[in-house]
Amino acid sequence: MDSHTLTPELQEQFETAAQQKEVSTLGMWIFLVTEIMFFGGLFLAYTIYRKEFAGAFELASNTLNVTIGAVNTAVLICSSFTMVLAVRSAQIGSRKALIVFLILTILLGGVFLGVKAYEWDQKFEEHHVPGPTFHLEKATADDQGPAQLFFSLYFTMTGLHALHMAIGEGLMLFLLWHAYKGKYTPAYYTPVDIGGLYWHFVDIIWIYLFPLLYLIARHKQH
Amino acid sequence: MITEAVQERETYLNASHGIKSWLLTKDHKRIALLYLHTITFFFFLGGIFATLIRLELLTPKGTLVSADTYSKLFTLHGVIMVFFFLIPSIPATLGNFFLPMMIGAKDLAFPRINLLSWYLLVIGGCFALYAMLAGGVDTGWTFYVPYSSNYSNTYVIATGLGIFIAGFSSILTGLNFIVTVHRMRAPGMTWFRLPLFVWSNYATALIQVLGTPVIAITLVLLICERTLHIGIFDPARGGDPVLFQHLFWFYSHPAVYIMVLPGLGVISELVSVFSKKPVFGYKIVAFSSVAIAVLGFLVWGHHMFVSGQSVYAALVFSFLSYFVAIPSAIKVFNWTATLHGGSISYATPMLYAFGFIGLFTVGGLTGLFVACLGVDVHVHDTYFVIAHFHYIMVGGTIMAYLGGLHYWWPKMSGRMYPEGWAKLSALVIYLGFNLTFFPQFILGYLGMPRRYWNYPDEFQVLHVMSTAGASVLAVGYLMPLIYFMWSLRYGPIAGPNPWGATGLEWQTSSPPPAHNFEETPIVTTEAYDYAALAAMEEAKVG
Repeated sequence: MDSHTLTPELQEQFETAAQQKEVSTLGMWIFLVTEIMFFGGLFLAYTIYRKEFAGAFELASNTLNVTIGAVNTAVLICSSFTMVLAVRSAQIGSRKALIVFLILTILLGGVFLGVKAYEWDQKFEEHHVPGPTFHLEKATADDQGPAQLFFSLYFTMTGLHALHMAIGEGLMLFLLWHAYKGKYTPAYYTPVDIGGLYWHFVDIIWIYLFPLLYLIARHKQH
Repeated sequence: MITEAVQERETYLNASHGIKSWLLTKDHKRIALLYLHTITFFFFLGGIFATLIRLELLTPKGTLVSADTYSKLFTLHGVIMVFFFLIPSIPATLGNFFLPMMIGAKDLAFPRINLLSWYLLVIGGCFALYAMLAGGVDTGWTFYVPYSSNYSNTYVIATGLGIFIAGFSSILTGLNFIVTVHRMRAPGMTWFRLPLFVWSNYATALIQVLGTPVIAITLVLLICERTLHIGIFDPARGGDPVLFQHLFWFYSHPAVYIMVLPGLGVISELVSVFSKKPVFGYKIVAFSSVAIAVLGFLVWGHHMFVSGQSVYAALVFSFLSYFVAIPSAIKVFNWTATLHGGSISYATPMLYAFGFIGLFTVGGLTGLFVACLGVDVHVHDTYFVIAHFHYIMVGGTIMAYLGGLHYWWPKMSGRMYPEGWAKLSALVIYLGFNLTFFPQFILGYLGMPRRYWNYPDEFQVLHVMSTAGASVLAVGYLMPLIYFMWSLRYGPIAGPNPWGATGLEWQTSSPPPAHNFEETPIVTTEAYDYAALAAMEEAKVG
């Protein structure tokens, strides 16, 4: 690979660079639609069981640590901000700023995943992991089953989200490497652009997960 | 002397050589051929299971296999045929090869992703083959919980993973097609100049992209339920097994249209070219594909009339299911109207098209029977349902696939197949098919349930007829396999446009060059404009 090329080679199936960019962007948007349908199955299961077992879900939700969740939400929103700045830097051709903002994005993503790992670990200590040792204080014997459902959904949804975050971190490292080699220019920064789309999408999933999992019964505490 | 010229010209087949040039190719035409080999393998593998099923059912008592083995046979038959043959069949082979050519593009929008999707199908297939060799799976292709999650002691996870991975192959093909149709059309190729095959593949791609992720998450949940007992589908913890059925059919009903819509597109092409008339009501036929795709998402509950869903939901699902008949009937009526007054040729692809129209109509009309709440309670889970969906899947999709394969074979290989044998194969398949599956309507109506290895004596005559038909059908399917291979070496050389067809794919040489066209075509006429084609030919000669 010639690191000095300022414009990437046009792939042979395209007529113009503009067409190549449009194609990549549309492709990413359609991919995100498939992701919505993928998570959609889980949101459907959540909706049905929460309506069915409102009491047990509220009890279970109240055991989650809102402060930690809120901090993590803030971390993720900040990472989206640094991502936007990264795209902007690529747009105006500032290689150094692009590298800095990509590193910041990666770090914030890492913080999120670290905090998430800590939270999961807590669940094991509190016996809130579905299985034979599961026990939720304050819940009646009848509610133990549905409360496990809540935590099954919690682990599946946050787990899949974390998996997407991890993939996102990989993408960011890829972008960082190419940014370091100077591949992105104002004329060509499509990978940064569509990498950003993916990153924001994964953030948005969390923006929905946070209230659905952490906040559903807060007003009943007081 | 023409022969010599064709031999020496550079084509996509001789542009590069060696196994690596195939396994790492980005050429959509070569990838289509990779798919063709893969799905042909899976088709005959699934066919072996079908053969064993039909042999077992020759006699009322179990003779050939045990009940457990029988359950594995029908499961593997379903899994292999649905996920590894029918879903990729027309889009991944004929669509992959011709969709870019029909819109005047050099390739699909994402050639590397196209290759990746073939690898995903192969990897998924390996998981399914592993499950098969390790001991099989016995849940039926529908994987209903709680049997699949808590009780079945077979290779559910390996099979599920195989389908999960193959699903991404399907998603990526759909994504590629949508972007390609939106962004890669040649100058002048407006949406309403697209051949109807492109429209139907576009509609199919919409379903692939919107539906397949849902089966993916469903399989993830099933695997989690089986390994970690998360309880989502487990009544002991408040979970609901019916939720599995909702999620499963939310994909698997639209998946029926993934399998048949591309076939409808093939038939539109065939009916037009072999009656030398533009398709009657082009726009409404184009929109009917999209309508089928959209309606397909609203009718999944008709698989669950006896599963304990609410009566009101069942009423709505039944009502909406009838609506699917409208766009389907539009197609059949418009093909018939296209034939009217046309200069009809009874070439092999057209025979397959006629076969398709007849069988698809029977399959579609019996679909109305099972969409009807009262009738469905009677025929649910019987051979009536088996016969109904085989009329659509085998009588419809496979007839269209074979018709399309014959039609485009000269373009793909540069050679003609032997017309006499090919006509005979169309006839044998049509007769064999009806003999196999028509008795199953009667069996089902009389109460023969699906998925049983034994049955009361009075059903034997009909079962023997069905098995006899299956033998005829097997011969019919082996014939094209043999003469297509024969034609690669001995078939007469086909010109660029042996059928006098209008599509852009016929404007380039056979087989096409690596980049499809010598120069990007500019489109100035509507689809199926035979008058303009004739004028162009005349100008060339003049």
